[in-house]
This record gives sequence, C-alpha cells and structure tokens, in this order.
Amino acid sequence: MNEVIAARAGWSRVLSAGETLRITDTHGQQAVDALFYAWPGTHERYSAQDTLAAQRSAYIGLGTVLLSNFGRALMTVTADGTGWHDTSAGACSCEANTVRFGHQTRYMHACRENFLLELAKYGMDKRDLVSNVNFFMNVPIRPDGELAIVDGLSAPGGFVELRAEIDVLVALSNCPQVNNPCNGFDPTPIRVELL
Amino acid sequence: MSDLDQQTPAQHRARYFELMGNAKARAGHVPPPPPALDVVTSREIVPGGWYTSMILARGQALRLIDPAGGNGVSMLLWNAHDTSERLNVGDTVKLQWTAAIGAGHVLFSDMGRVLASITAADAGVRCDLIAGGGRDTADKFRLVAGKHGMSVRDVPPCIGVFADVRTDGDGRLVWGEAAPPGSAIDFRAEMNLLVAISNCPHPLAPDTATGPIEAVVWPAPSPAADDSCRTAGEEAVRGFENTAVYLAQREALR
Repeated sequence: MNEVIAARAGWSRVLSAGETLRITDTHGQQAVDALFYAWPGTHERYSAQDTLAAQRSAYIGLGTVLLSNFGRALMTVTADGTGWHDTSAGACSCEANTVRFGHQTRYMHACRENFLLELAKYGMDKRDLVSNVNFFMNVPIRPDGELAIVDGLSAPGGFVELRAEIDVLVALSNCPQVNNPCNGFDPTPIRVELL
Repeated sequence: MSDLDQQTPAQHRARYFELMGNAKARAGHVPPPPPALDVVTSREIVPGGWYTSMILARGQALRLIDPAGGNGVSMLLWNAHDTSERLNVGDTVKLQWTAAIGAGHVLFSDMGRVLASITAADAGVRCDLIAGGGRDTADKFRLVAGKHGMSVRDVPPCIGVFADVRTDGDGRLVWGEAAPPGSAIDFRAEMNLLVAISNCPHPLAPDTATGPIEAVVWPAPSPAADDSCRTAGEEAVRGFENTAVYLAQREALR
C-alpha cells in the first residue's frame, strides 16, 4: 500500500497486528490528525490522556506507546523524523472554528467533517470522536500553561512510522485548516505507506 | 471553498497572530474566591474511591470542596438533552489558549458551545485537561454512563479538578502542589447538564490516598452584564453566542 492523500481529504484503513504505517509530510508543515481504534471492538480507542500520563510527557515522539481507554497498546511510534507531535489540542471543527476564528469561518472544511465521514463507513459516529494525535503539529505547552499552535517543525519528506500492536482501525484527516499555522496556512497532500 | 479560503496565507497568518496577541494581552484576570452560600439546593459527601452523578439545571452551580487537600477529582459533563454533546478537552484548552484552566475560564462542548463557567475558585485550585483521570476514574465514568443509558463510547477525555499538572521546560508532566485543605471551585451550568464526578486520585498525583469530597449544588445568581466568564475574551463571547442560539431553539420546542 502506497497512497497519496489529497490536501484536505480523509482516509481510513484497518491495520493488522505487526504492520507498520508510515505517514510522510511530503511538502512539510502539514498537520495530520489521527484516531486509532481496536478492531473490531472499536469501543476501545485511543486515549490521549492515558498515553500522556503513562509516559509523563506532553508530546508524542519516538517510542511513544499509544494506549487505549482500557490501557492496552494500540500502536508504537517506531520512527520519527520530526521530534514531537501534539495530542492535546484536538481536531478542528466547523463549530470550534466559529469560536476561535469568528462566525464567518463556519462554512470552511474541517477535520471533524473528515472523521465523521470516514467513521461512518464503519457504522461509527460522533460519540466515537475523542482527542486525537496531530502528527507534524507543533503545540508547545509552556510551564505557565500557555498553549498555542505555532509554525510546524516538519521539513518536506518528514515522516513518522507506527507499528500496530493489535488489529487497529486508523482514521486520518489531512488537515484542511487555514486559520492557524498547523498547515503553513496552505494545506498540501501527504503520503501513507504500509511497510 | 468559501470566500475565506480565497484569502492569502499571509492574511490568515496576520489574523491568527492578532488573535493570539489579544489572548495574551488579557491573560491573568482572576475572579474573586467562591462566595459564602446562603441557599443550598443539595449537598453530598462522596467517599474516596467513589463516584456520583447529577443533573444540573442551567443556572445552577456545582461547588466541589476538597476538605483534605488531596489528589484530585475527575469530572465529565454532557448536555442533558443530547449526551452526544459533551466536554471536549481539546477545544477547551485550544479555544482559551491555555492548558491552565481555572477560575474565569469556561468548559466547551464539541459543538462550540459553553457547557459550564468556572465562576470562582480558591487560590491554588487548578484543573488538568492534559493527563486525565486514570484507570479507576475510567471505570467510574463507565458506571455513570451505564446508569444513564449510555456506554463506554460516551466517555470522552475528562477534566481533573484540584489537579495541578504542569509541563516543565522539556515537556515533562509534573505534579505541582495540592490546593490547600478546604479549597473550593464553582462551576455554573450554562445549559442543562448531566455531570459525573469520580473521586479517585489523578494518575500523576504523588500518592493514592483519597479522602471524601463535598459536592454542593446551589442556585447561582444570574450572570451580570460584566460577568467575568462571559466577557473573558472574544472566544468566550462567541461561545456564549453559539450557546444562546441553541438555547433559543430548545426554548422554541417547549
């Protein structure tokens, strides 16, 4: 499997235990929102809070084990050319955009639109949306609590690799956001490969 | 694509950093501590290792009191009429430009609306939305969900109250200081809510001892025009505008 995900598009696939997914930020500074579910029992899903509490660190990076809401390992980050990835700032939505950027942004495409349509293919819905991983998104959390999306660190061709520890449904949104720096204000395609 | 998509990257960048600068300029305002209560609607003592849930009507406030100064209490909030609308921790920190959520902030749902305002808190009371509730609390929230016709799918990431979790300069998560014994925090319901409270220790707390906590429901006064949560910033104002539209639609159904 070697596919390009167009700018602003969603994508999903069920990985078998042991398979490794490589996500490449082909143009650089492109956030990729990701959700993970145990397959086929998708009520077990990625838990950002459990993952961060277990590693006692605020970001996703090389060696991070993505834990489920039942404390099981879903995926492990086995290679990372960027250094850190956010999992606290969530996915953009039309509704949150109105609060953050103004009511005039209500009718702009957003990651949660992609997630809802991808998850619908598996009979899943909004209740299955939880805090996601934002690969290639740079959201430092300062000691005083300040939290803001700032310019991405990933260079063109930067990639991250994740090994499935059990069978896992992966849903991605190639983030369409242009109101903050997560995509360099210019969404671009990404590549996904199975290794 | 909307017209906004036609703006240039430079225009979007300028707008974003203007919003960020506005948020920084107004940070630091702290409302007064929780007021003395003349009228109380209900009062419940939740033992350590236990949980409770309650309906909060819009305008009621929930005061959590930590008599011993302990290891945190976790909370979840749902729209009582449509539990698919619920606390969204990512939106709550992102929309307010801070992970240090406390008095003067609001709790956002996944629909861009305000579930509750944190109208007051004693000095030293902080909330954690980054590292969450832990395994015991996950089970407590599943019990609450089950008792209200919901399932594990209805249990999203939660807010840790009395949980001073900070990042150090390297991004490590560290436990700060427990709030002083007897500290309190007030949440004013901005729509009708189902609230779950889990009195289990935060996963980063220094030890697992857990004393009882007190949950007091009381009738909050109607927010004044200059209410600190409703005027905390342009994001809060827009969140309340979204909430007002929803409440008006619900009212029309009656």
